[in-house]
Formats: sequence, C-alpha cells, structure tokens
Amino acid sequence: MDLVVNGVRHSIRNGPARPLLAVLRDELDLTGTKYGCGEGQCGACTVLLDGAPVRSCLTPAKAAEGKQITTIEGLESNGQLHPVQQAFLDADALQCGYCTAGMIMSSVGLLKKNPNPAEPEIRSGLQGNLCRCGTYPRIVQAVRMAAQNNGGRHA
Amino acid sequence: MPDFDLTLPDPTIPGFEVDRYELRERPAYSFVPDRRDFLKLLGGGLVVLLALQSPAEAQESGGGARRGGPGGQATPQDIGAWLHIAESGLITVYTGKVEMGQNIRTSLAQAVAEELRTSPGRIELVMGDTMLTPFDIGTVGSMTTPIMAPQLHKVAAAAREMLLDLAAQQFQAGRATLTLADGQIVNPATGKSLTFGELTKGRKLTRTITADAQVTPATEWKIAGHDLHKVNARSIVTGKERYTSDLKLPGMLYGRVVRPAAFNATLASLETKQADQLPGVLTVHDGNFVGVACDDSAKLDQAAAAVKADWKAPAQTNSRELFAHLKSRAAKAADWQPDPSGDVHVEATYQVPYIAHTPLEPRAAVANWEGDHLTVWTGTQRPFGVRTELAQAFGLPEDKIRVIVPPTGSGYGGKHTGECAVEAARLAKAAGKPVKLQWTREDEFTWAYFRPAGVIDVRGSARKDGAITSWQFHNYNSGNAAIRSPYNIPNQIAEFHATDSPLRQGSYRGLAASANHFARESHMDELARAAGMEPAAFRLKNAADPRLRAVIEAATERFRWGRAKSRRGQGFGMMAGFDKGGYVSACIELTVLNGKVRIDRIVQSFECGAIVNPDQLKNQIAGGTIMGIGGALFEAVEFENGRILNPRLSKYRVPRFSDLPEIDIVLVDRKDLPSAGAGETPIVAVAPAVANAIFDATGKRLRSLPLKLDA
Repeated sequence: MDLVVNGVRHSIRNGPARPLLAVLRDELDLTGTKYGCGEGQCGACTVLLDGAPVRSCLTPAKAAEGKQITTIEGLESNGQLHPVQQAFLDADALQCGYCTAGMIMSSVGLLKKNPNPAEPEIRSGLQGNLCRCGTYPRIVQAVRMAAQNNGGRHA
Repeated sequence: MPDFDLTLPDPTIPGFEVDRYELRERPAYSFVPDRRDFLKLLGGGLVVLLALQSPAEAQESGGGARRGGPGGQATPQDIGAWLHIAESGLITVYTGKVEMGQNIRTSLAQAVAEELRTSPGRIELVMGDTMLTPFDIGTVGSMTTPIMAPQLHKVAAAAREMLLDLAAQQFQAGRATLTLADGQIVNPATGKSLTFGELTKGRKLTRTITADAQVTPATEWKIAGHDLHKVNARSIVTGKERYTSDLKLPGMLYGRVVRPAAFNATLASLETKQADQLPGVLTVHDGNFVGVACDDSAKLDQAAAAVKADWKAPAQTNSRELFAHLKSRAAKAADWQPDPSGDVHVEATYQVPYIAHTPLEPRAAVANWEGDHLTVWTGTQRPFGVRTELAQAFGLPEDKIRVIVPPTGSGYGGKHTGECAVEAARLAKAAGKPVKLQWTREDEFTWAYFRPAGVIDVRGSARKDGAITSWQFHNYNSGNAAIRSPYNIPNQIAEFHATDSPLRQGSYRGLAASANHFARESHMDELARAAGMEPAAFRLKNAADPRLRAVIEAATERFRWGRAKSRRGQGFGMMAGFDKGGYVSACIELTVLNGKVRIDRIVQSFECGAIVNPDQLKNQIAGGTIMGIGGALFEAVEFENGRILNPRLSKYRVPRFSDLPEIDIVLVDRKDLPSAGAGETPIVAVAPAVANAIFDATGKRLRSLPLKLDA
C-alpha cells in the first residue's frame, strides 16, 4: 500500500487495519504527531487528510490511501513557517508542547474552512483538542493572529 | 497503601516547608562518577562549580549532612550546579532539574545570561541526566525558581568575574575599565575585544565557589525579569522536539504491560501460548509482572489480548464510601476546643475526591541494556529517584544505570516515580533489545497515582465586629501544605490526620494546598455571612500580613468587587491565600442556569517576590487557573473494588476550550523580595472562589468537590 505524506509517496509495509498514527510515528518516524488517548478525545494525533483534520489514532491507514496526508512536519515550506506555526511562536501559545502539533493542525484545518473565524468559532473548532497545561487563551489568540496573516490561504 | 515517604516537614530546615507527600529523602548513597573524571570529559575552557552551603540548598540538591548518615564531608553531592564555557565560546549549564512545560529551560537560561551579559540563546542547558548533571532531589515543590535560579546566578556571576580577570591580564588593563557585552569583553581604551572562548583558549580553569558570589540585584536585571519566549519553541511548533515517546533506537521493540484485573491482585494463572505464536511477539513473565514486546506497535493490542491471565484480588472499598472510610480509619480523632469568646460559631465539613494528573503525554520510557549497564530515557520529575528505583528493581549498583529525561509532555507532580522505567527495563532485559514502553491512557489513569482525597472538618468563631476569635481545622488525608490559616487568629489549631488511603496517592500541582484553601476560604465566607459581613471586608479585617492584604486589594480593585449584580443567575465569589512563597487572591464571576455553572470571568492577583519572566508567569498562572477549573467543577476518580471506573478521557472530564472564562491576571512585582516559584499556587484559587460565587448566585453552599448543583 502507498501513502502520500507531506507530498512524498511512501510504500507502507503491512496490514490495512493499522492506525495511521502508528504508520506515521513508527514506520515513517514522523513523531510530531502524538498519541494522547487512542479514542479521539484529545486531538494530539490530528493530521490533515486532503486538508481536513482527522484523528489519526482512529483512522485506519487504508482510509488515507490515495489522499494527501499532511502532518506537522509538512507545514513548513522552504524554511518558512506556516502562518499558524508562526502565530503559535509569536503568541508563545505553548507550555509543555505535547498538544501543540495537534492544535496547529486543527487550526490549519479550521482556517481553511473559515479563514476569518470569530472567537466562539475558534473555540468550537478546537473543542476536540486538549491542552492540559491550560494554554487555551494564547491558542485562541494565536489562531486570530494567523487568520489576520492569511493563514487560511496557505496550503 | 502508602507508596511515599511520610516524613513530616523537617523543622531544622527554616523556611522549607515541604508537603508531606513530596518525596524528600535523598538516597543513602549516590555513586555519581567522580567529578574530576567528569571534568576531564569537558575539555578545555572554564568551569565553575557551586558548593552548597545552606541547609535548604543542600536539601534541595541532595547535598549536606543527611540525618543519620555520614554527613559533613565534601562529596560530589555537595555540588548544586556547574557551568562550562568551552574554548569555542559555547556556554553550557548542568542542572538536575527537568523541563515539563513549566518553562525553566528558558528562565534558568535567563539567569545565566543576565550574569554573563549575553543572550539567552547562547546558553545550552543540560538537564536531568544522571551521568552528566549534579544530583538533584527532583523538580518538585516549586523549588526551581527560589533555589536553582539563585545558584545559577552565582555560578554565572563567578564565571563573569573570572573572565574579567583573564581579560585584565591579557589587555594589561584595570578590571574596572573593561566592559562585558554579548559574549565578549571589550577594552574601551584600545577598542580591542576578546570573546569568552578566546579568553579561555589553551587553558583549563576550574573554580569551586560558595554561596556568597556577587550577583546582579533584581532591580538591575536586564534579561532576567523580562519577557522571553520559550527557547525551544521553534522545535515544538515544527514537530521536531523529541519527547520520550518519540525516541527510536536501532532494533527497538514496543512494549505493553498486561495489567492485573484490580489493585493489589496477584497472578493466579497464566497462559501465553497463543500470544507466543504470534509472529514478532515476545511475552515476558516475572512474578506478578506480565508484559509483551513486539516489533510493531500496531500489534500490541492483539498481543496483550492473546495473553490469558487470571488474577486474585481482595475485596476493596469504593468511591461512594470514600469519605466515611478516610474518617473511620484515622489514627486519632479531632480534639475540639470550646470558644466562649466568639459571638458566632460555624462548623462544616468539606470533601475533596481523588483526581488524576492526566498529563497529555502518558508515562513513557525507552530502556537499553549494554551488558549489565542500563540506560533509560523517561519523562520523570526525579531522574535520580528513578535511578534508585531501577537499581533496587534489578539489584544493580547505581553507577551502572543512567537515567536521561528528554522533553516531557507535562507532569504536574504526577511523574515522580519510575514504574514505567522499571517495566520498560524488564521487557528490554527479556528481549535482549531496546524496548519503548508508552503507557496507554487507561494505564495512566489507573496505574500512576492520584492527588489525595480528603475530608476537612472546620470550626470557626468570630465576634460581631468580624474579628475571628478561634479557628480549628482538621484535615484527614489531603496533606499539610497551607494547612494553617494566614489570617491573624489568636487561637488556631490546624492538624493533619493520617489515615488509610484506598488508592495510591502522591504529589500533585499545589497538592494539599488546593484542598486546604477550598475548605478554609469556603469557611471564611460562611463565617463572614454568619457575622453579617461582606466577604472581602471580613478577610481584610482579619488579614494582618501586608502581602496578603496587597493581593486582596489588587484583585478586588481590578474586579470592581462590591458592584451590584446585573442579571439572573449571576454570582460573585472571592478567596485569598498563601503557599510555597506565593500570595494569591481571586475574584470570580459566574452564571448558574438550569443547574449548570459557567465561569464568566476570573481576576487573579499573584505575588511571588521578584518576577523572573512576566509573560511566562502569566502563562503559568492562567494555566494553573484553567487546570483548577477541572478540579472545581468536573474531576473525580470513581473506583470500585480495586478498579477505576472512569479511566478514559471520554469519561473523565478535563477543562476544554468551551470552559474558558475571561482571565485577567494582576501581577504584583516585589523586586525587593526573593523570587518564589509560580507553577503551583495559582491553582488553589479556583475551587473556593467558585463555591463562594455559587452560593452568592443560588444560596446553596456546596462543600464537596467537584461542585455540582442538583439539576
């Protein structure tokens, strides 16, 4: 089976039942995507499938076949951070950083759908992502900053 | 089943009030490599070591005289931290502390940069590695900022003075005429400059200093005391930061522990034939330990399910009977004193359940054996404590074990112990290959430890003018932190009662200070109302400590406390308190609609001495406050007969974006006072202020966490 991750085609070694999260982390060594709960409750494993955020812990690798998979490692282009990554840096919207990749991927997905979300829309768009350190106010601020910098129009 | 050292705070260490459940004894022996050997590895340049002097410093970093042990002589344990400036100019600081999101990698770099008059980006911190860093009791009790940061100020200041001496020699100029900026020393008279690296070239200079080095006063700080973004933020936002669970060694297998059906269970029978037949699967059995290791993490569920284990467990109590259990098992009952001098008397009982840390990264460890040498990478707050646990588990001397702490997906006091490290090492030993073990979320909810549950009985009396005449406070099981009231009370009894905890319990962000503040500040409200006084005025009437008054005044002023309610269901509540060197006061506005509580706004004032990084301090306060919303409104571990009933994020509710109130933080900066830690104390503010606001909104006094109104 072949998967296209961050624009690169990879041949994946086994079974269709494997969760995308295990393929990304253990087989492709793309460890920016994290395990947090295994039941789609925390959002730490969020990646984009054809631009839409999904929970890679609950997504069989098979379901990603033929789609464009984007992980946190694929957002940077030519050494330039994606506007959402830059906004997380500028707002210092992180503490331990374990939720950050999932937060950024969910935010990128949100801005693609809604390039200029109001604050309640940001909150409901990120409701499925947990930050146990409680950095929520800065994350909301970062998404607003990214929206102002045309974050929704980036790949 | 107490898993923790129950030693009470040591009265011989002034100002060092450690909570009962904080692990605080250092091991009897510490076999760190001789520091002269270590210094050989560093190569040329300049090395400054700090020899510890005060008992508090020694306690924190494990040095000094150990009670009952061979104290007094100079051992490698007497070194608190060291700093190396290489010939290349690279500045490296070695500390046993660890980074888990509390941002000390940045704040400690700021301390060193301040003294060396250079940029924090030039400073490398080697943290929490038992082979490379000095012994450290653990990253616990909000001690990094008050103890480790001043130590690093001292070593860096001493290094600066050595560099100035070297430059004065080389320039043949007076020391006082030289200036230090951006990693070099300039002689303004000639315009010549030398970098730190050039100054040390071709030499190896070592100095051991004591605590009296001349440091820059907080009032003159240019780098410390100012905002600075996290030094490793770019690596996090690009997904490059490698946490323990992200590490991969050649040939590494993935592990899973096959858990007992209940706590305190013993293995009755085991059948592994089916699992052994799965390709690439290894089963491991040693006493009550059963585990599997596979070459593919996706096979772990199947492999663990194929192991057929029967467990025998005794009957155990449940969460519905918890509070009766804690009270009935106490060694000694409360001894109540009458108070005839008060006009009003209020007595009440407050209850706090077990709650779970729920770090977003469940415990993880990667273990690798090379002969009888063991290396374990693991996210722990106590690398040296975990090394001791490994040494005991495998009967090895500590010098054959190295524990390394990679970046860690938070801890909140929940990662003091080394069970995951021990389990990974056991699997790796059987496999003859490195093994990575990441606990499942269910493992983390079940097999870690919890914030202690507690029952707190309080009796308070006051005169009609609002002066508190007596205060009696009996805490069963939560712990000692902040057990005494900070108000000015002539007759105060505050006692902790040890009892039998049905679940394994341990440290937690703020720990018992949360339970004790919830009970005390709720009761302060009850007593204020009984005396017919407004809650803020009642607190100020009884607060003599000017620092306590200052935070109350700061919070109430920003909140505009005392204004009239403007809508149905609205309630206002407040609290004040003190713990671990930090003073806090909070005012909360909330709305109760159809039995549901929504927190609208929190104003929190906080004072922790001289502020070391205002922006990150606000991040910590907001984070602690949001975490506190969980304990106040949602979180409780439910259990029955040795099993956790809600060990998943779908059943254990933690704060999410929808719970986020407006948070307004008022910092009180006291540059004239030593800096205290801030990662813990802000969390204590939420529960009592919310309970008081719910009463204000509904007239219902809730005395049990989480605060729930009957619908």
